Amino acid sequence: MSVRVAFASRSSRVGMALCAVGIVALAAAPFWGGRDDLALLSEVYAYVALASLWNLLAGYAGLVSVGQQAYVGLGAYILFAFAILAGISPLWAIPLAGIIAAGVAIPVAMLVFRLRGHYFAIGTWIVAEVFRLLAAQISVLGGGSGISLPAGLIIAIAPSRQLRDFIEYWIALALVVVILALILLLLRSRYGLALKAIRDSELAATCNGVDVMRTKFLVYIVTAAGTAMVGALIFLQRLRTSPDAAFSVNDWTAFVIFIAVIGGLGRIEGPIIGTVIFFVLRQTLADLGTFYLLMLGVVAILVMLTAPKGIWGLVVDRLGWQVFPLERRVVLDERSAARAPMAATDGR
Amino acid sequence: MVWINVILQGVLVGGLYAMFAAGLSLIFGVMRLVNIAHGDLIVLAAYLALVVTETLGIGPLASLILVVPLMALIGYALQRLVLNRTLGDDLLPPLLVTFGLSVIIQNGLLAVFTADSQKLHAGNLEVATVRLAEGVYVGALPLLQFIVAVAVIAALQFLFYRTPLGRAFRATADDPAVAQLMGLDNRHVFALAMAVSLAVVAIAGVFLAIRADFDPSQGPARLIFGFEAVIIGGLGSLWGTLAGGLILGVAQAIGAHLDPGWQVLAGHIAFLVILAIRPEGLFPKVRT
Repeated sequence: MSVRVAFASRSSRVGMALCAVGIVALAAAPFWGGRDDLALLSEVYAYVALASLWNLLAGYAGLVSVGQQAYVGLGAYILFAFAILAGISPLWAIPLAGIIAAGVAIPVAMLVFRLRGHYFAIGTWIVAEVFRLLAAQISVLGGGSGISLPAGLIIAIAPSRQLRDFIEYWIALALVVVILALILLLLRSRYGLALKAIRDSELAATCNGVDVMRTKFLVYIVTAAGTAMVGALIFLQRLRTSPDAAFSVNDWTAFVIFIAVIGGLGRIEGPIIGTVIFFVLRQTLADLGTFYLLMLGVVAILVMLTAPKGIWGLVVDRLGWQVFPLERRVVLDERSAARAPMAATDGR
Repeated sequence: MVWINVILQGVLVGGLYAMFAAGLSLIFGVMRLVNIAHGDLIVLAAYLALVVTETLGIGPLASLILVVPLMALIGYALQRLVLNRTLGDDLLPPLLVTFGLSVIIQNGLLAVFTADSQKLHAGNLEVATVRLAEGVYVGALPLLQFIVAVAVIAALQFLFYRTPLGRAFRATADDPAVAQLMGLDNRHVFALAMAVSLAVVAIAGVFLAIRADFDPSQGPARLIFGFEAVIIGGLGSLWGTLAGGLILGVAQAIGAHLDPGWQVLAGHIAFLVILAIRPEGLFPKVRT
């Protein structure tokens, strides 16, 4: 009688199959959707990616940052700097933005990790403010008023506007799929086990030999790199950057936090559900202007107070579904005992 | 002489930052809560003072008689009805709820008062100056603001260490469970701490509104200045917080003197340098 650890369950097999179908359908969007649809979907992908990365940071590693706009803006500015100052193709600048942001995140982490818990949150915000103020001092990139991407560089991506839209759309889709896949792989690795242990109890994780600080450090660097690549892509599609837009706390942190909280923290499905709800609300309530943000804040507070695991948390509690094969269960390799009595579930 | 002026201006503004910080420091000390909406509450107090001065036709300083108790009431209700439910071992709920609150206050103010900047007018007080020495003049208003800041810190210090309420605050901070066993109602004590915090916020908000234009989007920056003052001064020390505010004010004044674009940046850099070389702050009192 041998024992192994299984990840997949019946719901995750269905979930992954649906995901595969969904990705194929979305990849074909240029053939069934209009220009507006592509723009909207690209924005959805960006938010899924940002919220998933923030979820990894806050929901798993317990690093509640309200300063991830630092890396969105950094990515945007790296892309514009490479494109405008060095003439490098914006498409190549996206991976470069990830690498450089990871490098920048190392000293930043060493500094902000001196602050604990709540103070860490505000510390990250100050770092983002410093980045914004420094960006406003770079006069070759337009200083405080920002800069547009020169037409020559845009045309170099693809000759026609339609083809450019398609390429950028596919990159956006590819980026979110890659980021989700990497998060999935990370969570299935031994680091993922460490992260889940940290999520459930830092003290218990330490007692079991998890190097909590090192794991958190790693997650911070990885999310910085991912966030910067998403930021670079967002501003490539916008064709224009300015310090206030690129380092906006509302756009890149408030929305992202609300999405992750409403969808469900500490679960990979949460940010995806949250993003769908966010965009459905936005498309229907956009006319309300500032009241829309206000209501979003109220909903997030209510969710936090009444259902802190978010919508997906409720689904998991009631139905035990998982879309992605993440849950570790000990399985006996015997026909009669497909499900072991000592199933180690993943609940908080 | 120029530099004496610059530093003096920095010190006087620093008093305001210390007031931003004192309320933040107080509630962190008592219940380990960092209120991300703190800055937005300062701006809310400024708007409250605006409404009071306009409807009653009184001066901004006189409006404090109404604004301070009103803000304290808001603080008590907020803690009792919302924030008490978030306290516990988990860091996320209080952070996210106060973050949500910050967005709600900002957008609520935006919806009611629009994005136009406002100002409270204090008449002659705004232009009056006091001569300190040959060639060194300071505005009466910044000086008053500084004196009020020192008085507020001294009053908090007295409240904390010389009164029964302060004893309740300290007891709850040390061990909430034991404090409850001794007959304290933690929910009430926390709500009172938030009330005191927002009373200080009210004073800070009114002085902010007299000193410069304000609009609904200014809250986060005030939170950040207050937070920087707390960390520079060292956690848990009220006089340290005052010193932190002054250092931040002076750093900003020096930055602004060198290049107007560097005012806020210089403050942030001073904060980051202190965080790098002395993370416990200059005058720490408690370890967290």
